[in-house]
Amino acid sequence: MGLVIFAAVIWVGGWWVNHKLANGPRAETAFVRLLVPAIFGVTLLAVWELLVRGLEVPLVILPAPSQIAVRFASSLPVLWADFTQTILKGALGGYVMGCLAAVCTAVLVDRSDFLRRGLLPVGNFVAALPIVGTAPILVMWYGFDWQSKAAVVVVMIFFPMLVNTVAGLRETNDMQRDLMQTYAASYWQSFVKLRLPVALPFIFNGLKISTTLALIGAIVAEFFGSPTVGMGFRISTSVGQLALDMVWAEIVVAALAGSAFYGLVSMFERIFTFWHPSQRSRA
Amino acid sequence: MKTFLSVLTVVAGIIGIWYLACVPMNIKGVLDAAERAGAVVEPATPKARRDLGAMGLVVNNSFAIADVWSVDRPRLPAPHQVAIELWETTVEKKITSKRSLIYHGQVTLSATLLGFAIGTGLGILLAVGIVHSKVMDMSVMPWAIVSQTIPIIALAPMIIVVLYSIGVQGLLPKAIIAAYLSFFPVVVGMVKGLRSPDHMQVDLLKTYSANTAQGFWKLRLPSSMPYLFASLKIGIAASLVGAIVGELPTGAVAGFGARLLAGSYYGQTVQIWSALFAAAILAALLVALLGLVERFLLRRMGVTT
Repeated sequence: MGLVIFAAVIWVGGWWVNHKLANGPRAETAFVRLLVPAIFGVTLLAVWELLVRGLEVPLVILPAPSQIAVRFASSLPVLWADFTQTILKGALGGYVMGCLAAVCTAVLVDRSDFLRRGLLPVGNFVAALPIVGTAPILVMWYGFDWQSKAAVVVVMIFFPMLVNTVAGLRETNDMQRDLMQTYAASYWQSFVKLRLPVALPFIFNGLKISTTLALIGAIVAEFFGSPTVGMGFRISTSVGQLALDMVWAEIVVAALAGSAFYGLVSMFERIFTFWHPSQRSRA
Repeated sequence: MKTFLSVLTVVAGIIGIWYLACVPMNIKGVLDAAERAGAVVEPATPKARRDLGAMGLVVNNSFAIADVWSVDRPRLPAPHQVAIELWETTVEKKITSKRSLIYHGQVTLSATLLGFAIGTGLGILLAVGIVHSKVMDMSVMPWAIVSQTIPIIALAPMIIVVLYSIGVQGLLPKAIIAAYLSFFPVVVGMVKGLRSPDHMQVDLLKTYSANTAQGFWKLRLPSSMPYLFASLKIGIAASLVGAIVGELPTGAVAGFGARLLAGSYYGQTVQIWSALFAAAILAALLVALLGLVERFLLRRMGVTT
């Protein structure tokens, strides 16, 4: 019972500190902007730990953060193997193939106004569908290994990526296109120097949406069949063995991989579209 | 009108590619069946056929092409096979039958809608809190944004099993998964929407000496509607995915997820495809319904779109 009261005290204390910081004179500094969510996160973890211990929640319902951390540290080789199989091979392989295919299709489609007009509504429609359901079919076609996961990822990200790229390639206005015309620029010259740069913010938007989709596709596809390695496989078998600390360790890996993947794409976006207003205002 | 024609062309093109893809995908099964029935097949043994590749088989055995669209358990069913299966399992079966897609759809739909309602309600509440409290904005909002980059669907099997072990089963676990998938898009979209009034408008309300509640009901909430609906459409699609994935680890009793899983266990490809299309149609209907509500609401509010 003491631990539960302690948890409540920590929660109130953390909130009080954050309240002071957020309404204090230095609330707008970058340091405080990072500190406040960090304090919130740490408070949350501490309350979780204390509540699990204080209320003696069994492991099969909710492991404490310390148990998860111990499991994480003690099974690094397994987690790394799963990470390689699911993220590096399945998700990343599919991501590269899907993005390339979608951008190439978009460039082809963009040459015909008729096709573009038809493809945008269809693409938007398909992007909202539960594409992840194709996983059992693709697992049946491409076997249990990472190829089928990559295929699921390709199918999942193709249309969001296509729609974004097509929308980006038509962002130029008449003035800009006319200017290119007066320079006697060829199709590819105006493509590389005008339309592709203008489309980049849209392409990066698609790339960022696709990072999460890629991870979801690779993990869920493993629920339908996988070799005895992989994050989705580990999650579903560990759930079956009620080894929830392992499940949480995999979720930590997924969270880290997801944020890192997204962060990487954002970094490239900042490098390639430094001229765009949304990037300039941040600096 | 022109758009309609273009869309029709694109859809026809996709269906055409699908029919063409059936030929190399199914030719091997057709030839194996033909050999068993006594026809002369080139090359003669199954092993040689496996080594030759699909395209070579098609070239060597053009007589079999006609059969690839009517295989019983094809690797890739032809569009009309899926359409027939859809028709038979929705219209011709009784709704109470375990083989009716309407029955499975209603199972998935109820979990989706319940989860969507929970997720949207909580999401809007949290967004209101974030907009009005600086502490919540600074401490919770970064986590809400980061959570969008995480495949939280990986939690789904665990939620099902944990809730089962404490005695909760049936609709609620799936609804919880659907809820947390729709929760974060709604929070992020709604915060953006509630912040969308510009300084002029906020200042105007201040000169009217409007209090916070009036500012919320008369300015912030109405101007957040377009943003809210944009994220609701994302949210309901995510909810449906959550409900389908939530049906996978329970051993598949009912619902679209169960149909997918059972189909993949027993190699019933037509069943998988029809469940997939039924889910797609359901998702499209839900999004279209939200679009209708949005249009109606925005028109009543006097927003010209």
